[in-house]
Amino acid sequence: MTDLEHRLRAVPAAGPDIDATRLGEALSRRAAAEHLLDVAYGELDSPLGRLTVFVTPAGLLRIDYDNDPLDQALDEITTRVSPRILRSAAATDGARRELDEYFAGRRHAFETPVDWRLIRGFASGVLHATARVPFGQVTTYRQVATEAGSPRAARAAGNALASNPIPIVVPCHRVLHADGGLGGYSGGLDRKRFLLRLEGVLPGS
Amino acid sequence: MQLPPFQALVDAHARELHRFLVASVGAQEAEDCLQETFISALRAYPRLRNGDNLRAWLYTIASRKATDLHRRAGARPSLPLDGEHADGPAVPGHQPGDDGLWTAVRSLPERQRAAVVHRYVLDLAYREIGSRMGISEQAARQNVSAGLRRLRLEVDR
Repeated sequence: MTDLEHRLRAVPAAGPDIDATRLGEALSRRAAAEHLLDVAYGELDSPLGRLTVFVTPAGLLRIDYDNDPLDQALDEITTRVSPRILRSAAATDGARRELDEYFAGRRHAFETPVDWRLIRGFASGVLHATARVPFGQVTTYRQVATEAGSPRAARAAGNALASNPIPIVVPCHRVLHADGGLGGYSGGLDRKRFLLRLEGVLPGS
Repeated sequence: MQLPPFQALVDAHARELHRFLVASVGAQEAEDCLQETFISALRAYPRLRNGDNLRAWLYTIASRKATDLHRRAGARPSLPLDGEHADGPAVPGHQPGDDGLWTAVRSLPERQRAAVVHRYVLDLAYREIGSRMGISEQAARQNVSAGLRRLRLEVDR
């Protein structure tokens, strides 16, 4: 090796490593300002485990429980919405704060708008009906099916609720069987019970 | 064709792109340059036709950003030409033992600079350099040698 090559290797031209978190936040802030950020995501800890929230400029797109793999969620969102996705604490701050307040018992209604674009067809009618059920109240599968225009489609309504991309905020946990049975919950029935207790529907433990 | 979510590109390449840019433009400018690189990439991303070599694509953008920066710096007449005044944009990252060598590296033509930095800072084989620059192994080797020849003229005096 020549002397020059030695010198090129010897001088540690690489300065300090980047601070990945700081870079990420600066990048996502700038991307948002230039309308290049289509989907931002961030995490929060909750009594139901770690939640990942996905937001778009239109509103809340999706909330995942920690049993949903992040890679899969990102792939689905890339396909259905946009590949311009960045992690961002700032862009998800509003939604995360409201969820914190909800779990702390200080918030009964969410102000962050919902981005409904992942929800189509009959499911849209069912979930819009579900979104109108206030904190602390419940409805039935048949009732939301009726509001969606198909009174006999209670089972299909159940499927629509099971695929709710925005649990907690679109409160599918407030939908029960007509006989008072809990029905199902995609995040697991323990979570549904927890949410109903938090809202005072079920007696506290 | 399914592109990965953009965050995956940032996670996979930010650290090494940063090292590449520190060597190409200096430590002071590297972070801005990195951000510019990702913003440009993000702007073009949804229209990208070929997602086969996203790494090469990112390094091409980063090299271009480095060249733009040198061009802007070069247009400023007050800027020193060698490493003696380390506060100008073209010569940051100045450290003991740096007798103008890195300033000379930074003023190489874009491809030669990229090839030299890949070779000596990131310590890559010619085949990998070619793949990252989207050129042949042979062309990578030629760019490194041409860069070294030019550097010798600049600094081995």
